[in-house]
Amino acid sequence: MGDFSAETISHIDRKYIQDLLAKGERVDGRAFDEYRDVSIEIDVVAAKSEGSAIARIGDTRVIAGVKVLVGEPYPDTPDEGVTMITAEMAPIASPLFEVGPPKEDAIELARVVDRGVRESESVDVKGLVIEPGKKVYMVFCDLYTLEYDGNLIDACSLAANAALLSTKFEEMKLEDDELVPTGRQLEIPMQNLAVEVTVSKIGDYLVVDPVLKEEMVQDCRLTMAVDLNDHFTAMQKGGGTGPIPMSKVEEAMDLALEKAKDLRRLVFEATGRRVG
Amino acid sequence: MSPETKPDFLISPEGLRIDGRRPDELRPIELEVGVLKTADGSAMIKQGKTHIIAAVYGPRELHPRHLTLNDKAYLRCVYRMATFSVPDRKRPAPSRREREISMVIANALEPALFLEDFPRTVVDVFIQVIQADGGTRCAAINAASLALADAGIPMRSLVPAVAVGKADGVLIVDLGDMEDKYGQGDVPMAILPSTGEITLLQQDGSFTKEELLEAMQMGMNACKYIHELQKDALKRAYLRRTPEKGADDEEYEDDLETDLGESALPGEDDE
Repeated sequence: MGDFSAETISHIDRKYIQDLLAKGERVDGRAFDEYRDVSIEIDVVAAKSEGSAIARIGDTRVIAGVKVLVGEPYPDTPDEGVTMITAEMAPIASPLFEVGPPKEDAIELARVVDRGVRESESVDVKGLVIEPGKKVYMVFCDLYTLEYDGNLIDACSLAANAALLSTKFEEMKLEDDELVPTGRQLEIPMQNLAVEVTVSKIGDYLVVDPVLKEEMVQDCRLTMAVDLNDHFTAMQKGGGTGPIPMSKVEEAMDLALEKAKDLRRLVFEATGRRVG
Repeated sequence: MSPETKPDFLISPEGLRIDGRRPDELRPIELEVGVLKTADGSAMIKQGKTHIIAAVYGPRELHPRHLTLNDKAYLRCVYRMATFSVPDRKRPAPSRREREISMVIANALEPALFLEDFPRTVVDVFIQVIQADGGTRCAAINAASLALADAGIPMRSLVPAVAVGKADGVLIVDLGDMEDKYGQGDVPMAILPSTGEITLLQQDGSFTKEELLEAMQMGMNACKYIHELQKDALKRAYLRRTPEKGADDEEYEDDLETDLGESALPGEDDE
């Protein structure tokens, strides 16, 4: 996450990583288009949250928890529920993360993950209504970093999607303006799924799923959200100020289309729920 | 507060957009350099109804000091929207959206600048959105880049930016507010015209790979056109400011001897 090109990484490491890439190798021995081991575990906060998941990509680990509350809809969308994804780069995860209000990189992380879910219309917000204009369900999915070794965005995207898919919450109804539970359990109405794939540009090379050391020397990264129809639903160039030519963007898009298939399958397998 | 309703269509049966533009047509763009007296550099852009002013201060001493970079100047961009710039009153405190946009604007501008010429300083770019009608981050980049040039910050080139997108299945250039809100996607981008490299790229909505590539190509062409407008604006500002012939002759002592250091320096006579 973020632009750590100014953080401490020795010139030797920088050169070492670049020389390796020129030979077709990466610091941890992976192929350029290979993810680290990805695992997703659900219901990790079973007692208190409505849905939860831990996603792990190599040594990067994030936890997502979903709370479903009842509230009033926004005035301009009275017949739609509310979804919101936030992310915190908790200092527990890395010596690079500091205590204090969220900085630019944490805001970017949350907004990029949120955009992936929102723009793909993964959650059918029309299905989150109790009484139009009065009461709707509000789905909050909050992400906390646990361990950081590069590629937080993809890990957060996996955790958020898995948590949303596995969420179960109590159905409520309005009786004489009072909220009463009906005793039924509901799932979040999902109609699409978009996972995010991050490609890092280092010199003339593109690699997927960068580790921290690669992020520190990258020119920039390109994160793409790919949905069930192989449509791109969100994109963000970040992680550094290096420019990227059109040809590399196209190459990165091909990588994303290919990698999204595997990541999607992992989310479905972990949650036991399919969409689409 | 102006009531806003979703239009029935964004592309008319004749293939024109709600404001009558063709799909690849930009809104009228007005650029002016040097609009603020106190700033080291400044520029204004009106792109359709979007109206933005950008000011540059620096290179100057950086506060707080711990942000100091030892090998280059710190480029600090602050993108802010006025409370009255949008239909509902925007909350005055900086939003998360504004902070993200500030960051991507800095990323978009930085590759064009020789910041390594001014280590341990800051170059401040303040962007104020006066009226927002879609495409503000791109318009902001267009103006900020001109303001940086006006401030005399050494640069490889100006940075033009434009948003491309999709409405009713048609790829369109330079989205207006309605097209942004009710269209099927938005791709803001900025380029370095000299190399064609991309310095800002974001996307939302839903695109196939082919659509996205075509949209970006349209954006690339639009950026090149905007780049010409930017250069024009800069020339206009500096042609106007060129001193009239002979006006300054008496105030400068500009002879060859002084230039070569051969005339006595002040204070040298005493020794």
